[in-house]
Amino acid sequence: MEVGQMQRRLVDYTKSLFMEGFLDAQFLQLQQLQDESNPDFVVEVVSLFFDDSEKLLNDLTMALDQPSVDFKKVDAHVHQLKGSSSSIGAQRVKNACIAFRSFCEEQNIDATLRCLQQVKQEYYLVKNKLETMLRLEQQIVAAGGSIPMIELGF
Amino acid sequence: MVMAASETKFHVLAVDDTLIDRKLIEKLLKTSSYQVTAVDSGTKALEFLGLNNNDHQDVEVNLIITDYCMPGMTGYDLLRKIKESSSFKDIPVVIMSSDNIPSRINRCLEGGAEEFFLKPVQLSDVNKLRPHLMKRTQTNVNKRKAMDEIVSPDRTRARYNELEVN
Repeated sequence: MEVGQMQRRLVDYTKSLFMEGFLDAQFLQLQQLQDESNPDFVVEVVSLFFDDSEKLLNDLTMALDQPSVDFKKVDAHVHQLKGSSSSIGAQRVKNACIAFRSFCEEQNIDATLRCLQQVKQEYYLVKNKLETMLRLEQQIVAAGGSIPMIELGF
Repeated sequence: MVMAASETKFHVLAVDDTLIDRKLIEKLLKTSSYQVTAVDSGTKALEFLGLNNNDHQDVEVNLIITDYCMPGMTGYDLLRKIKESSSFKDIPVVIMSSDNIPSRINRCLEGGAEEFFLKPVQLSDVNKLRPHLMKRTQTNVNKRKAMDEIVSPDRTRARYNELEVN
């Protein structure tokens, strides 16, 4: 596949992530911050997000598995996950966290367990999408092309 | 963006316990041509300033930007420590928070914070820092009340509209 085709495929793929709400404008901000002095900025931030999230999801699973659940602790973890997903523009994860927090407040064990499943699902979805997108970018760069900037026109 | 005639880079001390946010704020500040030192706690911030040793400013810091929610010393606690210190009270302090809580915002502003930014912090927010740094270098300091410039608690952030086009 030649570079132009790869670039078009990347643009279409990235746009679909915004259209489907996986990513919001904050992700664009990250891309705009990337420059020659820090060409791997987006990859670095996304990697931090993956590491951070996986740890938090493990902590949440354990916290909700306790005979007596400490909802304050659960809420603190969700607050952190909400923060990091918001910082990278992972909109659906962020929204799932917002819902999660309201059920923590209610101390509703069934609802919070469902929320955890929801957050996990959204996280793995966006992780998959971001990895695909970054892989496409890598292929373009390896073929000597440049990564096109996305402009949200809608 | 109008650049100041002076070539000196302002030095900003950024405080945030989250690695991702620290990386982000550092990049935002560097992109805006600030020199940045990022630490992960209020305690480390005070140590860096030299406040713990002898209340003498070891390094030149022109602005402090800090997260509100941090374990141990909150951003508000740090703000108060700075404002209560004779050597450091004139350093402008800006607070960031992911939670939009009007009472929190007011408390910080009344506590001496120049600005309160909602996270995720944008380049447009960082652009608001320069006046706070510039006015301190003026001889006639007419300290403007930042009331007009503060984030209104009721404002919903219409993100797509605020996007800066390259």
